Amino acid sequence: MMIEALVGLCLVGALVVFFAPDEYAGKLAFGWSLLPLALSALMYLNFDGRGNALLGGSLAFEEQFTWIALGPYELTWFMGLDGISMPLVVLSTLLTTLAILSAWTPIDERRNQFYGLVLFLEGSLIGVFGALDFFVWFVFWEAVLIPMYFLVGIWGGARRKYAAIKFFVYTNIASLVLFIGFFGLVFGLGDSISSLALPEIATALRAGELGPLAGGLIVPEQLRLLAFVAMFIGFGVKVPIVPFHTWLPDAHVEAPTPISVLLAGVLLKMGTYALLRFNFTMLPETARSLAVPIAAVAVISVIYGALLALGQSDLKRIVAYSSVSSMGYVILGLVAYTSYGIGGATFQMVSHGLISGLMFACVGVIYNVTHTREVGDMAGLADEMPLTVGALVAGAFAYAGLPLMAGFAAEFFIFVGAFQSTVIAGNGMAVMTALAMFGIVIVAGYLLWAMQRSLFGPFRFDGDYEVTRAARHDIAPLVVLIVVIIALGTFPNDTFFRMITDAVGPLVDGATAEAALGTGGGSP
Amino acid sequence: MIPLQQTPTLAPDWLALTPALLLGVFALLLFVFDSIDPDESNDGLLAGLATVGSVSAAVVAGVFLLLGIGAGDGVSLYGGQLVVDGMALFFMLIFTSVASLVCLGSIDYLEGHDDIAGYYSLVLLATTGMAMMAASNSLATIFVSLELLSLPSYGLVAYLKNNKGSVEAGMKYFLVGALSSAVFAYGISLIYGVTGSLLLSEVAGALQGGEVLTDLGGIFGVGVLMVAGGFAFKTASVPFHFWAPEAYEGAPAPVSAFLSSASKAAGFVVAFRVFIVAFPIESVAGTIDWVLLFQVLAVVTMTLGNFAAATQENVKRMLAYSSVGHAGYVLIGLAALTGQGNGEIVLGAGMIHLLVYGFMNTGAFLFVALVEYWGVGRTFEDYNGLATKAPIACVAMTVFMFSLAGLPIGGGFLSKYYLLAGAVGAGVWWLALVAAVNSALSLFYYSRVVKAMWIEEPNGNLDRIDVRGYPTGLYAAVVIAAIATVVLLPAIGIFSGVAFEAASAVLQIAP
Repeated sequence: MMIEALVGLCLVGALVVFFAPDEYAGKLAFGWSLLPLALSALMYLNFDGRGNALLGGSLAFEEQFTWIALGPYELTWFMGLDGISMPLVVLSTLLTTLAILSAWTPIDERRNQFYGLVLFLEGSLIGVFGALDFFVWFVFWEAVLIPMYFLVGIWGGARRKYAAIKFFVYTNIASLVLFIGFFGLVFGLGDSISSLALPEIATALRAGELGPLAGGLIVPEQLRLLAFVAMFIGFGVKVPIVPFHTWLPDAHVEAPTPISVLLAGVLLKMGTYALLRFNFTMLPETARSLAVPIAAVAVISVIYGALLALGQSDLKRIVAYSSVSSMGYVILGLVAYTSYGIGGATFQMVSHGLISGLMFACVGVIYNVTHTREVGDMAGLADEMPLTVGALVAGAFAYAGLPLMAGFAAEFFIFVGAFQSTVIAGNGMAVMTALAMFGIVIVAGYLLWAMQRSLFGPFRFDGDYEVTRAARHDIAPLVVLIVVIIALGTFPNDTFFRMITDAVGPLVDGATAEAALGTGGGSP
Repeated sequence: MIPLQQTPTLAPDWLALTPALLLGVFALLLFVFDSIDPDESNDGLLAGLATVGSVSAAVVAGVFLLLGIGAGDGVSLYGGQLVVDGMALFFMLIFTSVASLVCLGSIDYLEGHDDIAGYYSLVLLATTGMAMMAASNSLATIFVSLELLSLPSYGLVAYLKNNKGSVEAGMKYFLVGALSSAVFAYGISLIYGVTGSLLLSEVAGALQGGEVLTDLGGIFGVGVLMVAGGFAFKTASVPFHFWAPEAYEGAPAPVSAFLSSASKAAGFVVAFRVFIVAFPIESVAGTIDWVLLFQVLAVVTMTLGNFAAATQENVKRMLAYSSVGHAGYVLIGLAALTGQGNGEIVLGAGMIHLLVYGFMNTGAFLFVALVEYWGVGRTFEDYNGLATKAPIACVAMTVFMFSLAGLPIGGGFLSKYYLLAGAVGAGVWWLALVAAVNSALSLFYYSRVVKAMWIEEPNGNLDRIDVRGYPTGLYAAVVIAAIATVVLLPAIGIFSGVAFEAASAVLQIAP
């Protein structure tokens, strides 16, 4: 009942805070959010799952009972965590608490509603990562949209209404596409499944029990391909991958900064997490046969996202586009289909969550003081706001892959895994990986350039506001994030080997897994 | 449903009709009270009496349903003219729940109007008619109870005597209604002429074998079409939907809620029963393929309703067209009875959707009633910034809108899923696809309301809220409807089991 308790805590908290008095809402929400954070930390420490949740592994905190019986398919309330979802749950609770803290300064109207919606969002996110029945998962997946719509639409910047609607419509249509794709598979499986539990469906699909659809009009091979593409597009919008990324900069720039933290930190991970759970776990052969186009999409996302970031002058837009680039690495790791590749992709989800959260939080603190995010409007902020600027620099280095920080470990794992990969004949994956590595160079380039212009040199500020140091409760989230990033980068073993690779292992072929683990047993 | 070893029975039999009887008795009680003391100070008492009457009928219907009274073939009364089975009780539950919410919400809405007793007794009499429709098992009783529903409805729509819109809406509704009743009655007479019986089961018996249809197939076909037209009118489906936006917009908002939720469901229960029991598709497919007919109607109705709703500027009118769209979704319940797959899922899904719709749509119209009570205005722009003044009601309205759109915040998500799953299971996947796309598009206009309430800035017309205050009855009704909508998401299993059993009983599928 632990996951249910987590979700329940968040939802009850949401209700309480929503109708709480406005002036106490921030403190109440922060205090309340410590409860799920503590609970998830406890769960992390007592995590005892083994193997992959969808492939017969033993689950931690498992709970399953029948919810509704409908004709041939039973809908079950099925929750459980494995080594892939556990770190993401902790990421969600941690970032939510920090986002609430970083919202104290900028959010000054309708605070109770704001924090209530944030807690509702947290509950839905945990549900997405914890659910193992398609239906339960889809309920939470869709439920995430609702608070996000309001959070961007009410508390966002000047073009918030446009951004909120664009986000809403894009992701809702994406949901429809993936729903149709997935149900194509379900109906193709016919009688070989008795419920919509994801493990059962994954097992049946991997055992090749897919039948034809529409009276033989679509043979199983085509059905696999169609479903894969539909789900890839559906999840790809969320990730986002080029060319479905255009909602992201709008939503990010218009969202209030604490929400950008959650959007980049956790919401994008829903997409990659779902890609891993659905596309790459349920249809491995199709993923292999489509390796070339997927790897190409990944490389394009990496390079194109980075180039777009290079062209921006708004700090928030820079970080937003660099997210597109970083998520490209995740796709690259997934398509490599080695233990290190997929494991590294999962690790990158966590590390990018923390790093982009840190970057957005820093930009937010600077904006609170200067009311501008234009690189050209300021210079030499380092003298006036040393702590914030220090944190931003640390975040940029983490983004650029400085060793001993989480970003380095994640990208290193991905590159190792991708180099080893044999999904593309010849040295194809090695070439793709080499291309993708250029992304890091561009990232380092634009971040250093932007920081040099805005943070260092003699102080200059073209605005009417007095530039002062940020409040302690603004700095605290930054410090916590830096500590966690360095801790994860220095000691990735526990998370990576105890949890992630253990869950990824059953996915990849036995041979590849052993080869990967044999060469890279130690720390990176 | 609670599994029982044997079906509990009631002695005497007619007690199975208790929900309908309670409604009728309370309607008459209202007249008695009003004639003893025709005083305005009694308004609260009269409203309370009506609410108690409909709530008690709802409780009885719910208890009967869960106890399994009428499971299987049901309790047959008066020589089979009425039958109280699972489907009848299920729909009685829908009607009485909606009526309860409407009675509760009307207390404040009717403040300052006269003839409160008349209003409430008309509501209760119309509900009685619906309850009888649910139990009707012969074309004669169907027609009589349909009229018992229709006549009070006309009066209710025109209840605001000094409001031109209300009177005009009542007039239009009456004219179209009278015409459709005439068409319906003519259809019945043709069917009687062909089959020689009014009892649904005997009609089906006469059609068996097909000898009758070889001689009189044409007349029979015209009769079926006319009967279908009568249902299209009651359920506000294409091609007899055009009265609905007019009537719903002009009528007092609680009456719109009542008509668009309960009266629509009443049309559907009769349609379900008549077409499935009296015109079994395997006997009449050669003469008139009503499955195909309803497939076409479903697609046209849901698409037309949706697109018309998207172009509205007036919230009540948008809801009226969306109610046409939802009739299209429910028509899948008949359109997907292709004989393939599980018929009881298709039919049961239609029933469940009507149940959930009964709460979410009633709630939405009652919210409109609340806004009308405040005098804030009717267009989307007038709703701007409402959440700053009335957050609780706006949370409820958000639940209704998103649930109507099929987002998983209320039961609407699951009932739509049932419909789609049923349609795909029956092999009409294209129907499911059309419904899915329509449902996804519907988010556009539902979210406009949400956007106006929460995201837009108030434009100065909200001060009236402070003048009129927060009406307890309307607020309670809206909040109860919202809670029911949300609770129906996790708890839908309780009702879906009953609905599927009731559906298989009507379809005569062995459980």
